[in-house]
Amino acid sequence: MTKTYSAFNLLREGLRANKGWGRAWRTPEPKPSYDVVIIGGGGHGLATAYYLAKNHGLRNVAVLEKGWLGGGNTGRNTTVIRSNYFYPESAALYDLSVKLYEGLSKDLNYNVMFSQRGMIVTAHSEPEMEMAARQVNAMRLNGVDAELLDAAEVRRLEPALSFRADMRHPIHGGVLQKRAGTGRHDAVAWGYARAADAAGVDIIQNCEVLDLILEAGRCVGVNTTRGEIRAGVVGAAVAGHSSVLAGMVGVGLPITSYALQAFVSEPLKPVLNRVVLCPPYGTYVSQSDKGGLVIGGGLDRVPSYGQRGNMPMQEEVLSGLSEMMPMLNKVKLLRHWAGIVDVTPDSSPILGPSGVEGLFLNCGWGTGGFKAIPAGGYLFAHLLAEGTHHEISRPFDLSRFDTGYLVDEGAASGIAH
Amino acid sequence: MQIFPCPFCGPRDEREFHFAGELGKTRPDTRDGVSDADWARYLHEQRNEKGHVREVWMHMPCSELFVLERDSVSMAVIGSSPLRGAAE
Amino acid sequence: MSAHRVAGRGRIDADAPLNFSFDGRAFQGRRGDTIASALLANGVRVMGRSFKYHRPRGPWGAWVDDPNAIMNVALNGVELPNCPATTTYLEEGMAARSVNAFPSARFDLKGGLDLFHRWLGAGFYYKTFMWPDWHLFEPMIRRMAGLGAVSDAVLEGYVADQLHDRCEVLVVGGGAAGLVAARSAAEAGQDVCLVEDHAECGGGVWQRAEIEGTAPADWVAAQVAAIVAAGGRVLTRATAFGVFDHRMVGIVENRAFGQAPRLRRMRAGRIVLASGALDRPVTFANNDRPGVMSVDGAGEMLARYGVLVGRRIAVVANNSAARAVLPALVQAGAEVVEVDPAAGPIRVLGAKRIRGLDQGGRRVEADTVLASGGLTPLVHLWRHAGGKLDWCDARQAFIPGRAPEGMVAVGAAAGAFDLESALEEARGVARGGAVEASVSHYHLTPLWPAPGAKGRQWIDFQHDVTLKDVELAARENYVSVEHLKRYTTLGMASDQGKTANMAGLAAMAAIQGRPIPEVGTTTFRPPFVPIPIETYHGAHRGQLWHPLKRLALEEAHRAAGAALGEYGGWLRPGWYGQGDVAQIIAEEVRMARGTAGIFDASPLGKIEVMGPDAEAFVDFVYYNTIRTLKPGHIRYGFLLSEGGAVMDDGVIARVDQDRFVISCSSSHVDGVRTHLEAWRQDGNDPDRIFIHDTTQHWATVTMTGPKAREIVGALGLEVDLSAEAFPHMRLREVVWQGGPLRIARVSFTGDVSFELSIRASRAEELWQALIAAGAPLGAGPLGLEALSIMRAEKGYLIIGKDTDGETMPHDLGFGIPRQKKTVAFIGDRSLHNAKANSTARKQLVGLRVAEGAVMLPTGAHVVEAGTQRSLGYVTSSYDSPTLDRPIALALIEDGVAQMGREVTIWHLGETRRATICGPCAFDPEGERLHA
Repeated sequence: MTKTYSAFNLLREGLRANKGWGRAWRTPEPKPSYDVVIIGGGGHGLATAYYLAKNHGLRNVAVLEKGWLGGGNTGRNTTVIRSNYFYPESAALYDLSVKLYEGLSKDLNYNVMFSQRGMIVTAHSEPEMEMAARQVNAMRLNGVDAELLDAAEVRRLEPALSFRADMRHPIHGGVLQKRAGTGRHDAVAWGYARAADAAGVDIIQNCEVLDLILEAGRCVGVNTTRGEIRAGVVGAAVAGHSSVLAGMVGVGLPITSYALQAFVSEPLKPVLNRVVLCPPYGTYVSQSDKGGLVIGGGLDRVPSYGQRGNMPMQEEVLSGLSEMMPMLNKVKLLRHWAGIVDVTPDSSPILGPSGVEGLFLNCGWGTGGFKAIPAGGYLFAHLLAEGTHHEISRPFDLSRFDTGYLVDEGAASGIAH
Repeated sequence: MQIFPCPFCGPRDEREFHFAGELGKTRPDTRDGVSDADWARYLHEQRNEKGHVREVWMHMPCSELFVLERDSVSMAVIGSSPLRGAAE
Repeated sequence: MSAHRVAGRGRIDADAPLNFSFDGRAFQGRRGDTIASALLANGVRVMGRSFKYHRPRGPWGAWVDDPNAIMNVALNGVELPNCPATTTYLEEGMAARSVNAFPSARFDLKGGLDLFHRWLGAGFYYKTFMWPDWHLFEPMIRRMAGLGAVSDAVLEGYVADQLHDRCEVLVVGGGAAGLVAARSAAEAGQDVCLVEDHAECGGGVWQRAEIEGTAPADWVAAQVAAIVAAGGRVLTRATAFGVFDHRMVGIVENRAFGQAPRLRRMRAGRIVLASGALDRPVTFANNDRPGVMSVDGAGEMLARYGVLVGRRIAVVANNSAARAVLPALVQAGAEVVEVDPAAGPIRVLGAKRIRGLDQGGRRVEADTVLASGGLTPLVHLWRHAGGKLDWCDARQAFIPGRAPEGMVAVGAAAGAFDLESALEEARGVARGGAVEASVSHYHLTPLWPAPGAKGRQWIDFQHDVTLKDVELAARENYVSVEHLKRYTTLGMASDQGKTANMAGLAAMAAIQGRPIPEVGTTTFRPPFVPIPIETYHGAHRGQLWHPLKRLALEEAHRAAGAALGEYGGWLRPGWYGQGDVAQIIAEEVRMARGTAGIFDASPLGKIEVMGPDAEAFVDFVYYNTIRTLKPGHIRYGFLLSEGGAVMDDGVIARVDQDRFVISCSSSHVDGVRTHLEAWRQDGNDPDRIFIHDTTQHWATVTMTGPKAREIVGALGLEVDLSAEAFPHMRLREVVWQGGPLRIARVSFTGDVSFELSIRASRAEELWQALIAAGAPLGAGPLGLEALSIMRAEKGYLIIGKDTDGETMPHDLGFGIPRQKKTVAFIGDRSLHNAKANSTARKQLVGLRVAEGAVMLPTGAHVVEAGTQRSLGYVTSSYDSPTLDRPIALALIEDGVAQMGREVTIWHLGETRRATICGPCAFDPEGERLHA
């Protein structure tokens, strides 16, 4: 059985009809109890399991997934990875993530195709250029790479953008983060799953949590469609359903669920090099390695648990793209879809104790959970293993809503995602 | 594109409406020693129900707030009524 | 007529030749042809190359179910990428070019990639390219991937028309079932709209010799005529591409090549889905060769375009519907041999040209292979709307199950694959009857991919996913149908799985020994067919993207030589005149400080709050105490969010006991109005408070400067303008030229200012009167840029520029209400949480640079010495023409306590020094303000 992924093994397996490749992960039956049970087999849950084993030596761990691995927002996002944040708290979190992504393919022995092609956020007026300068300075002082571009530089880097003088919002310049880029979203889930499974973690698909078991006020396990599973500690990483899960034990969260849509075009020969976000047009876009334009924008207008979108936002986002890059308006759209995201008051995540002993939360990532997967898993594993915060996750504790220490990037970015 | 029934103007396109919040939030009397936790609950906590929800919306053209009952999964609209005199 | 055309068949106009080219070779087709049918008529079969292995490909289907023949098409200077040849109608002069092939589809230099297929199987890229680094390989892979190139031409006239529409019954699909359903509903008096994506209705009817005893053409024409006669509408070349919430159906209407389609947003009372069914591929070795087509596709090519796809045809089919197509082919002159797929594994012989079939050593000579694995209902829209699917054993297909509200399926889309039952059902359904799906005449023998079979058997043609790839996915435990799709890319091609999905999930079912329905389907997502991005764009473009608000005085400003620009959503004068802009602006400042400036302040909010509870209400919505404000007086204050952050600032005037005017920032008017309305109706008695936004009813002209009083005095108003009679922060209402004029003594410059508000229709009179009165004194118009400098000289802030989303009033030097105000107000409790009480809050201060130093860059940060931790940032920075030195405002952590301290300024890696000072650099005692 060939386990390690490498060019050599690929060559060898090709010669024997690829018959020797083993399972990427097992399909185990759930055991009656685990040291740690993680609810949610998306990127964050799987990464948490991986880092529990790798960093904390905890291997008696189960990941429970109600459907298929990576079937929630991990498999529905626009794959942008970036750390162009203003506040030091956010920068520390998301740059940890970018750094972990930088070594992830080798770490997991699974090519997650983190492509550091760079990301440009454009500025469309002189006041926006001043804000861009404030942003670039903040990022660099936070230890994150950033460059301030003028209009000519933006044009040189992305000639597909419109530079017509009569544009409603002409481009004056922008902020470039070179280390930002895109990754292959499914591969992130699968890579973590495979590596966690290899470390002994039980990944159990088609296992829906029906209830949390409380004993003397402590969460000691879960009731699932496949029976009761006891746990030393339970971690929930169920983006889109966080309120429902927390509600099972009477915990109210500062979260509203919204549908976020994404769009992909037919494959084209390379036309766009980086991720480009034009805030006044409410749209961002990148081109996948396969050639499709991957397009995203803002949230739908109506709070929703329905994993589908509606026309107003489709028209908003796609006309935004047509305005940004009018040469692309003749390109055909292949597919669009939606995920349900947790939206918090400050658009920052919630990481930490839930208020119920034995239950920890990883939620509230809003529109930007994918880029945070490695850091979210890394920090959540620390919480579950140690019971206390890592310094980087501390500012994202639920208690910030009581103290007022919100981490609100809203003022500093166009559309947070 | 969804259609919401403004109790004053009739059925209108979702783009004419602004989501004002869940129904049933009561502002604590701030002269009366509200704890940090109670204030945070009022400010931020959401029921965020999956299924039947009761929300307050504003119909922007007429500026009236009203109660909208709908299903947050199927997106079916159950009904609407003026905010004034609403229960809770 | 070519050898492939059958005289007298098809819906093409044999007398209308059209010239076109493909991959540089000239051909002729006929009006009514698609590019694909015209090429087949010319004997051209290789119309493209596959995505990964660059295998030669011809069309599999004749319409939306073809993933192979994809072309860039140019006509009259317009080139559109990735046009499906099977759905692009031919026009004179078209130049089509195959995509992903060089130099042509026939001879593609990358065709050799196919030799390496064993190393390029499903997900191979996840297992390699990691060392030394993915970035080394990615550029090459990017260049290899992609289909057509998109030209960088911006098509000026390529603008989608968009409209809203509604109907009682929307019938999707103009085949036999759709036509009779639409006719029945229309004749029953319902408002009916039928959409058909071909250029004419008829669907599968064209393949028949007759229908209900009539020739197809007559029957179709009669149905369409009856629908129209009964008041119904029939839209052709129109595709319903998605069903959204509340039965909103997106319809795209195709027009001539090069014209953008029209988007019709149809709100349907009821949707009748009559979208038909597709022929499924059969999975056998080399089933991707050009010349392997669907039986239905061959039937369509003959019936619609008069093209006989082959002369010696081998048929691999398992069902009665496919067999029904064959007599027409024979009649047209083909020799047809049926091959029983159950008799042994099949392999296609030949490459670019088919030589025949091999079945267990038995050879069947053929130039064409037609395949049909059974019919699959097109249920995309059903699933968009949330309808369920049931597995039907008899049909070996998923058919519509529990219906979404207001939707019904008829005809082949509902699994009624034979005409008689389809028509009967359609008539019943349109009248509101129940669907009684029957399989009466349709029968088939299950035929699904056989795991372990030899040879390369294609599941997804375009993406080169073979049965072996599905087997590999299963071996590696990517067994969920979504994992299968994502790992192998099966179903992600241009046709979005229309040809691949059923075979793919059946293969997985067979490998795992599970029933097909247990494996399930992937999600059906819009759009049903690829549609241009422009469809969604329409008139929401250019200046209409976000229309600017325009000033009543715009013409007057233009006449005065204003440089108009956008400020907070308004088109406003930045400065007046041409030349060195910085110089002009500085001159305007000096003019206003020296004599006076005339400034158009019309966008400033003017929201009236009236009623018996108005006083208590404004006291609640304002941070500052308002109840003590006397009529005729004005107060500066803040509106906070419940989170305690400063949302807006401005002045509030008490016109009389029960009437206030809130003057919010220009760009915040809509937000403030909504905020006030929400609080008025929630938590207050809305019968005792009224809110009216009069911003655009009143124009406001501000006269500011030492000569302002003199100039305003020249208007001859019946009001004493002296400082004693009319001091700072007072309001007067007077009559001027027979109309009301409101005068406010407020100032955003630090000099004596009079804000004069008048009906917008009379703004020009007031403006001209002030200009005329000011000119002799050397006063003139003042632009927004100069005003921004003047207010910064005085230390006045702009919300959103000199504050951020966290700024609270006590950070701006307004701490008293926080400590002293006794009644509740919005945001009050948030001003006392831990963060609000912190000493590390960013406070608004000024920054001063050393004598002779240049101004600080806005956006520069103030950093802690040594650690370089950011302590804040420069929010406004100017060269002050008044003080003849740079000035700056900044938000700095605990800044107020550090007055006089020198700090380090950091900008793009460079550092400088500056000294913290008070924000007010001009007339700190306020002598000029109160003069």
